[in-house]
Amino acid sequence: MSGDTFFFYAFSALALLGGLGTVLLRNAVHCALALMTSLLGVAGLYLLQGAEFLFAVQIVLYIGGIMVLFLFVIMLVNLDQASKLQQFGRQTPIALVVALAAVAAIFSMLSKSAVLLPASVSLTPLTGGNTETVANVLFTDYLLPFELVSILLLVAVVGSVMMAGKRTE
Amino acid sequence: MPANFMPSAAEYFRFAPEIILTIVGTLVMILEAMTGDRDKSSLGYVSLLGLAAAMAAAVAANNDPGLAFQSMIIVDGFATFFRVLVLGVGMLTILVSTNYLSEAKANSGDFYALILFSVVGQSLMACANELIMIFIGIEISSIASYILAGYLRDDRRNNESALKYFLMGSFATAFLLYGVAWIYGLTGSTNLGEIRTVLSHGTAPTAMVGISAALMLVGLAFKVSAAPFQVWAPDVYQGSSAPISAFMSAGPKAAAFAVMVRVFYTSFDSISNQWEPVFWIMSLATMVIGNFAALQQRNIKRMLAYSSIAHAGYVMVAVTSHSAVGTAAVMFYLASYCLMNIGAFAVVTWMARDGEKFVEVDDFSGLAQKQPFVTAILTVLILSLVGVPLTGGFFGKFLVFKAAIDSHLMWLAILGLLNSAVAAYYYLRVLVVMYFREPGASTVNLPPVAGTLRVAMLVTTLGTIALGIFPGLILGFATQSSTLGK
Amino acid sequence: MPTTLLERYFPVVLQAILAFAIGTLLIGASAILGKRVRNAVKNTAYECGMTPYGTAKERFSVKFYLVAMLFILFDIEAIFLYPWAVVFRDLKMFAFFEMLVFVILILAGFFYIYKKGALDWTAEELKPVQHKIHVDLMPADPVPSEKVTHAA
Repeated sequence: MSGDTFFFYAFSALALLGGLGTVLLRNAVHCALALMTSLLGVAGLYLLQGAEFLFAVQIVLYIGGIMVLFLFVIMLVNLDQASKLQQFGRQTPIALVVALAAVAAIFSMLSKSAVLLPASVSLTPLTGGNTETVANVLFTDYLLPFELVSILLLVAVVGSVMMAGKRTE
Repeated sequence: MPANFMPSAAEYFRFAPEIILTIVGTLVMILEAMTGDRDKSSLGYVSLLGLAAAMAAAVAANNDPGLAFQSMIIVDGFATFFRVLVLGVGMLTILVSTNYLSEAKANSGDFYALILFSVVGQSLMACANELIMIFIGIEISSIASYILAGYLRDDRRNNESALKYFLMGSFATAFLLYGVAWIYGLTGSTNLGEIRTVLSHGTAPTAMVGISAALMLVGLAFKVSAAPFQVWAPDVYQGSSAPISAFMSAGPKAAAFAVMVRVFYTSFDSISNQWEPVFWIMSLATMVIGNFAALQQRNIKRMLAYSSIAHAGYVMVAVTSHSAVGTAAVMFYLASYCLMNIGAFAVVTWMARDGEKFVEVDDFSGLAQKQPFVTAILTVLILSLVGVPLTGGFFGKFLVFKAAIDSHLMWLAILGLLNSAVAAYYYLRVLVVMYFREPGASTVNLPPVAGTLRVAMLVTTLGTIALGIFPGLILGFATQSSTLGK
Repeated sequence: MPTTLLERYFPVVLQAILAFAIGTLLIGASAILGKRVRNAVKNTAYECGMTPYGTAKERFSVKFYLVAMLFILFDIEAIFLYPWAVVFRDLKMFAFFEMLVFVILILAGFFYIYKKGALDWTAEELKPVQHKIHVDLMPADPVPSEKVTHAA
């Protein structure tokens, strides 16, 4: 087994087991840590694809920012009671059946069609590092979405201050 | 690096409405932070001016249609129509909400800033030509809507509706994004036109293209509250403040329909034999669920929520017809629907008063004797919602079912008309309560109708009548733009 | 010169293995080699020799959450600055102006939160307004029981 294959299976196992842990564990902090492990596995998969910039951003932003925010919320909201409650509702059997059916459908579809990208589409090969390529495309072709992300961040800023900011009257 | 990515002046001009709205929104946000405790109604008027300026820019941009910003944006008649529509919805919402907010002592500039930003997102959805732009527009519009739904943060109904909307909306957007990722993998591009070209070669595996389209449909159907993704709508519309329910039932729904029509008619044109049956079933289910559930509602906001689900069903019928007539029908129906719904919610806003105590249908008893002006407004709007001739609603339904029959969707048209007849019951019940019941405790201390609210009610009612008597006003433009500028 | 991905990231793999090994070694060694005494006193929380009282579940101010949330938003802006720095030399003034627009919009957000006092750590917080109306939260049955208490 070559190095790449080994690491692919390792990172995929990390991602899947982390995901399972997030759903099945009782203690909320354990769930958050399992989600962090899962995101680490996904970051590793990005690295194997050659998307080094995404690998770094995933770890810095997602794990280092958003998961820390999750842990803050778990600290603020006392989830002691939640771990003693019944974890899964009445819909669990139906949900399991539907999810497994969907996964089976997708598997059968993927195993039939091997080639995804049609021959008529040509992708230009990468020259230079990954970050440089991403930046070249981001700031020229995708200029408009980049500027619009700032509006999205503004909306989030106004919303968070409105919801959690101090009261003035 | 080649310098051909610099946007030209014409491209900025085509994008001008969003630029104006962003600047005005940021300005309102900053002014709100700088002025501490003064009366914030003036910020509402600033936002109104901004929206009016953006509307003028959108109309002017239509004189020079084309692509912009590396074909991320497309400005054609279809996009201009929906841009003007969502800008109008934004203006009417601000008119409806200023007085309500002042009474609830929650008048604040960030409300107006959020409305402006949400309208920016919806305007982007209307003119987007790339899946990434569509996603960003949906996210900007939705996140602002989630916050607005929970605006009165001490009211637990608002909290509940914001939480439900946020959780389910994010989940649906995740489905949309997954579909976008698969389409990119299958075609190598996110541009709608290029996707269409690649898919028309027929070399991509059709089952996987079908799944990607289905995933995107899940996300978009959630936004327009089509069955089986409509479960969020009644709870969210009932729990939010009435002006926000007006905004949410009109603007985001219209913009999401614009996206749905553009994506499915342009990119997924080649697999239309796959998605047309699905749309058939969804539109029938939406109409049936919306109308039959509304029959049992006692809360007027919940009843209007189910009625808006039913109206989404009628628009889906027009989308299913997959023709130019269908596109024109979608545009006309959404214009008249937005006017009707905002007007109805404006009346509910006035009636509910502070704290939203009076939101039952029975609270409207005997209103005809106490407040004939509002009763007349609500009468016209309800007749339009039913589809009585000489109102905009009638022409909307006429065009929708004409499009369905032209595309040989006979059964859908017949069942749709039967649904319309059923709908008359719960709409006319409101009229009966207003005219033929004795006034009760809810009509004892009726407040006067505030100036801005009066303007909003008059604009929506007169607009509905105008669309009913002179449908050519916008029908000509709609028919011209219905080829989607391919 | 390392060429394949494995060769280039070998130091990172080595560090990950080392970190995992050291963590496992420390905890495993103390678990295997340590004493096995278990009684109620040993399981209580350590509070510098004093007897612990009360639970650790104090109410935290929501300011912490707000700061963490705002950190993420500005961190996203910082993340965009990294690739921008890589191509800045090629794109020159065009890149300058586009990043200027981006930063000005985020700066407006920063100005907003500064003026709104979201970064003010020591200010007193007011209590939430009491409800004037008590309503059943969107009851399922069509006739809700609303107890309207009129405010003074």
